[in-house]
Amino acid sequence: MSKANLLDRRRVVSALLSDRKGTLVVGGLGASTYDIAASGDHDRNFYLWGAMGGAVMIGLGLALAQPTLPVVVITGDGEMLMGMGSLATVALQKPANLSIVVLDNECYGETGGQASHTAAAADLVGVAKACGIPDSRSISTLAEVEAFAQSLPNVAAGPRFANVKIDGANLERVLSSRDGIFILNRLRGSLGFGPI
Amino acid sequence: MQASAEPTTDPAADHATSWPDQIFAILQRFDVRQVPYVPDAGHSLLIERVLGSSTMRGIALTTEEEGVALLLGAWAGGQRGVLLMQSSGVGNCINMLSLTRIFRFPFLTLVTMRGEWGEFNPWQVPMGSTTQAVFELAGVSVLRASHPEEVSDVMEAAAGQVYNACTPTAVLLSQRLIGTKVFVK
Repeated sequence: MSKANLLDRRRVVSALLSDRKGTLVVGGLGASTYDIAASGDHDRNFYLWGAMGGAVMIGLGLALAQPTLPVVVITGDGEMLMGMGSLATVALQKPANLSIVVLDNECYGETGGQASHTAAAADLVGVAKACGIPDSRSISTLAEVEAFAQSLPNVAAGPRFANVKIDGANLERVLSSRDGIFILNRLRGSLGFGPI
Repeated sequence: MQASAEPTTDPAADHATSWPDQIFAILQRFDVRQVPYVPDAGHSLLIERVLGSSTMRGIALTTEEEGVALLLGAWAGGQRGVLLMQSSGVGNCINMLSLTRIFRFPFLTLVTMRGEWGEFNPWQVPMGSTTQAVFELAGVSVLRASHPEEVSDVMEAAAGQVYNACTPTAVLLSQRLIGTKVFVK
């Protein structure tokens, strides 16, 4: 289902990651992971194919362990709804290097397009603010995405949260590796950590 | 001042108050840095120690499954962690425990047990009585400590197999060890 004037998810993710440098990226299961893969595979991409509701917490653990590197979690509205409590946990820890981006198509695209709670009443920006993340914004234009992307390398000003309203069209899947041990050890290797 | 300087006369009482400190010392020696927790009375002293530590970060969670995902992220970033929870929280973690199989990362959780050993509250029994089986079905190795004098050995074994061999492990701290919660005196 496409609506006029809504952002294309792949363009949003490309804009977020085009100048990523050392940024660590965590992708929520489903289309968010495909979008990150479509923007280019990278040692510092952490793709999820399950564990729904866990993306922000993986990002938090990573951000606390690597406070000098930007950590960006890119996930969908359904995945974020399942882990909403983690926004309260993030707000308590105040990881200044963590950014959370929700690609909000207001539906469960991977399972047939059933409406999600954000299609009706749920306001994830309001949730993030109320949990204690003051830098929480709603984004609806590419210019706003680009401005947000420029703030990501600032590891002293987070945590920040952005809910990006995107077009609900299902795009062709771009499949990342599904091998968790490979993805984990590749990312750790990029940080200088060897296997056990 | 004088009273507090006097040696403890009851060695059993001394042991009973010191096992959380033994756990804390072992976690410190293994360089554990991130300690997510959902509070439980049985963990209160250990949580206090963690929050007072300069090397560890205590991370309060809204639900236990957050802690499983957090420990994966911590390890991806080069830090070890341990998840503190009560037996009723284990059920909340089931799907997230998939991460221990998919990523083979060092997962250690310390679980204070309810629903056993003279439990007053029947609502604790369904999850408490199935905690060990749930972990084993999820592929998590289970060790148990029921007496103060065995806590140190059990913790040492658990930390060793988790951080040296990436064997996901839960240490169950028995209600017998912690003491049955008293509701009516």
